[in-house]
Amino acid sequence: MFDSTIRQLGQALRRREFSVSELTQTLLQRIEAFNPILNAFISPTPEVARQQAVAAEARLAAGTAEPLTGIPLAHKDLFCTAGVRTSCGSRMLANFIAPYESAVSERCQAAGMVMLGKTNMDEFAMGSSNENSFFGAVRNPWDRDCVPGGSSGGSAAAVAARLVPAATGTDTGGSIRQPAAFTGITGLKPTYGRVSRWGMVAFASSLDQGGVMARTAEDCALVLQAIAGFDPRDSTSADHAVPDYSATLDQDLSGLTLGVPQEYFSTGLDSAVEQCIQEAIAQYRKLGAQVREIRLPSSALAIPAYYVIAPAEASSNLARYDGVRYGYRCQDPEDLLDLYTRSRGEGFGAEVKRRIMVGTYALSAGYFDAYYRKAQQIRRLIREDFQNAFSEVDLIVGPTTPTTAFALGAQVDDPVTMYLNDIYTVAVNLAGLPALSHPVGLVENRPVGLQLIANYFNEALLLNSAHRYQQVSDWHQHLPPGCAD
Amino acid sequence: MQWETVIGLEIHAQLATRSKIFSGSATAYGAPPNTQASAIDLGLPGVLPVLNAEAVRMAVCLGLAIEAEIARHCVFARKNYFYPDLPKGYQISQYEQPIVSNGRIDIECAAGQRKTIGITRAHLEEDAGKSLHEDFQGLTGIDLNRAGTPLLEIVSEPDLRSAHEAVAYMKQLHQLVRYLGISDGNMQEGSFRCDANVSVRPVGQTAFGTRTEIKNLNSFRFVEQAIEFEVERQIHVLENGGSIVQETRLFDPERGETRSMRGKEEAHDYRYFPDPDLLPVVLDDAFIAAVREQLPELPDVRRQRLINTHGLSPADAAQLAGQRAWADYYETVVDGLEVSAAKLVANWMLGELAALLNRQGLTISASPISPQQLAGLLRRVHDGTLSGHLAKEVLTELSHSAADVDDIIAQRGLQQISDTTAIEAALDVILADHPEQVAQYRAGKTKLKGFFVGQAMKVFKGKANPQVINALLDRKLTGKD
Repeated sequence: MFDSTIRQLGQALRRREFSVSELTQTLLQRIEAFNPILNAFISPTPEVARQQAVAAEARLAAGTAEPLTGIPLAHKDLFCTAGVRTSCGSRMLANFIAPYESAVSERCQAAGMVMLGKTNMDEFAMGSSNENSFFGAVRNPWDRDCVPGGSSGGSAAAVAARLVPAATGTDTGGSIRQPAAFTGITGLKPTYGRVSRWGMVAFASSLDQGGVMARTAEDCALVLQAIAGFDPRDSTSADHAVPDYSATLDQDLSGLTLGVPQEYFSTGLDSAVEQCIQEAIAQYRKLGAQVREIRLPSSALAIPAYYVIAPAEASSNLARYDGVRYGYRCQDPEDLLDLYTRSRGEGFGAEVKRRIMVGTYALSAGYFDAYYRKAQQIRRLIREDFQNAFSEVDLIVGPTTPTTAFALGAQVDDPVTMYLNDIYTVAVNLAGLPALSHPVGLVENRPVGLQLIANYFNEALLLNSAHRYQQVSDWHQHLPPGCAD
Repeated sequence: MQWETVIGLEIHAQLATRSKIFSGSATAYGAPPNTQASAIDLGLPGVLPVLNAEAVRMAVCLGLAIEAEIARHCVFARKNYFYPDLPKGYQISQYEQPIVSNGRIDIECAAGQRKTIGITRAHLEEDAGKSLHEDFQGLTGIDLNRAGTPLLEIVSEPDLRSAHEAVAYMKQLHQLVRYLGISDGNMQEGSFRCDANVSVRPVGQTAFGTRTEIKNLNSFRFVEQAIEFEVERQIHVLENGGSIVQETRLFDPERGETRSMRGKEEAHDYRYFPDPDLLPVVLDDAFIAAVREQLPELPDVRRQRLINTHGLSPADAAQLAGQRAWADYYETVVDGLEVSAAKLVANWMLGELAALLNRQGLTISASPISPQQLAGLLRRVHDGTLSGHLAKEVLTELSHSAADVDDIIAQRGLQQISDTTAIEAALDVILADHPEQVAQYRAGKTKLKGFFVGQAMKVFKGKANPQVINALLDRKLTGKD
């Protein structure tokens, strides 16, 4: 039961092979068993799950069920959930219970999905290893001494270990795709504006995008269908028609042109990872796609530009956590300044503080032009690179990450190496494009992810391509060791 | 040495939208603390701002009224600083690309002398909340009702040369925003307040002197007092060999002086950058044309029209055109009458009606007498049916009755008696009864005419037409009869 995809679970529920409550109970038991090892959940929500299961059951019985009714899922702990703590992986919000529901969780709820809990993450989504969580590191189900990637590491580990069939994530610089790659699952970062950011705790507003992590592209299509669409509460949400993502999954790939950027196969890419990527590209060729080499000349500028823009926005977005109205407040503040400095000093972890300082510096008088404005210019160049590429190819393909999952603790003292994990993913956020990572191999029993990048609002093509690949491969079906029962 | 004063004003006008600039909370004044603060106003995690389109329309309204450039593309920026009543740790404002720039407004700087004051820019921003220091025993209370209230910050060029000009400019703008209906201009409630940038320089010098900024002046009188004090202070410092420190100062109305705001002297770095939660505001020509279409006639134009086509005196025209509600009321009344009655309407509105409203503490919009009723009344004064004396009585009655003027006149038999035969007959009796007074009058004591008029009025219970009585008396007493 727990190893089934959403599509399979939906069919089984409709055939009454088991009830929503039975399914929910099975998965809650798995969470109880695995969470002490993996630490994938900050807050399991069994009570909420049981209630929602009963409601979903009623809809199934009444014939008012939607495709996702009764399907369990988990939310990254930065989607605000009314009445359930939203910690954002931080001591700062360890006591925060939102009085409102995020657009993403609201839509999942409306579709009849059953929330099993809130997943672990790097504090305020800042990190690539999930080691920056106030609630402790998450372990990779494939190798428990390795990181699951981040910042949506809890969601990735939970899906990979079959604790939930799907989980939400957010992607600011690779935070859905990189952990998806490290844990052998499929992760979709939609076009900026495709999914509402209402109720999603902000890291870097112009880059943050909610998305979905599941085992297959087919399942991602189902969940994206539920969460995508215009929301007047988010001014950056796109008023753009949402197609039927499942309807085009089986389309033939012949005639499709894949572009392989030279820049994504340069130094730093692990040769065994490259091998898997080349094999996957060969597989796409077999499926009828044409492959050609392309150039994305501004690629090398993406990391520096990202690490100016994202911290700059974060330094402002995180200013609201001041110990005044909610969240962590230091003991016995002496005066206002003491309240601010100690509440923030004690409430935020090291990486968050580092980025607030970097961002504050980048926006400061005298530095703004050299950093923030320059980074915005680079951002335009990167967008143009992609637009040029998409005038020649339909999809861009390459590795999601330069290596497979690394050991816990291996990069904690080296932030720059840590930041380079996102070398292939951040440009996509700077351009606002949709991208998907799906598993294409194992290196020393650690998963490898392939990244597909499409033009704006062409999530359907990403899902269609990945689905066709998954029809002729089984990397997405591999179970991490120790997760079979 | 002769000194010249240079002043620029930054005026904050609260826009009269029903909801806040980035949230759906109400903006009404005076609600219990924090009852008009939503998750957005509180800056809770994950909430997002959505721009109130009405605030944009109002800003464009002002821009058009001051002949400014309206930006086709403008941007909201974050002004970052920490303060307990600033929930997000930043204020959403406009920085590099304001919605309105390069405007102008005319003021009357001395009797009959007009001067054009440049307006550098006007930008939209949100207000902060309020810190309450009283009643909390060593703690500070925070009321976020005001947080997110839409403001239009209107920045003048340093074109003002005296406290008097500064006040004239502020009054002109105050009149304009109320005229446009974009702000209630209520200064006690802080809906219209200003910061004054003041400097002095030797007459003839082109470079500006070092300026100080006096914060948060919320009455015309305070603006005048604060600037006058500050100018004197700066001249005093300079004439004694000192120099002016660029700083922020506060006006203390109790002592009539400005004081340096200590502790805020270090320069703030607000780290402005475009707010990524909001899209740039793009305005097209059609939108701007539609706003222009709905723009009311502006006070100066209206004043001139009332002088030229209604024949009002400049003083009456200025008073009536100065407030839109008064001008609208006036025009509704005149619409129901002949234009030749315009002066009569102006006299009655500025005299009797104003006095009546004043006594009852009411504004013209809450007048118990509708323009239609006043028109009905003045129609009868204008055509001679009603004497001015009795018309005042009818006005009083109208203030607590919805009745028709003609019905009141008929019911109470108030029609003026202009029938010469009846009046002549009465006068003959009066003159015959008072031969002594007639003799005195003819001997030169002409003041006695009033006595005869009074006698006649007594006979007709005040309803006789005084003009007719006067004319007939003149004839009879001068013996030309």
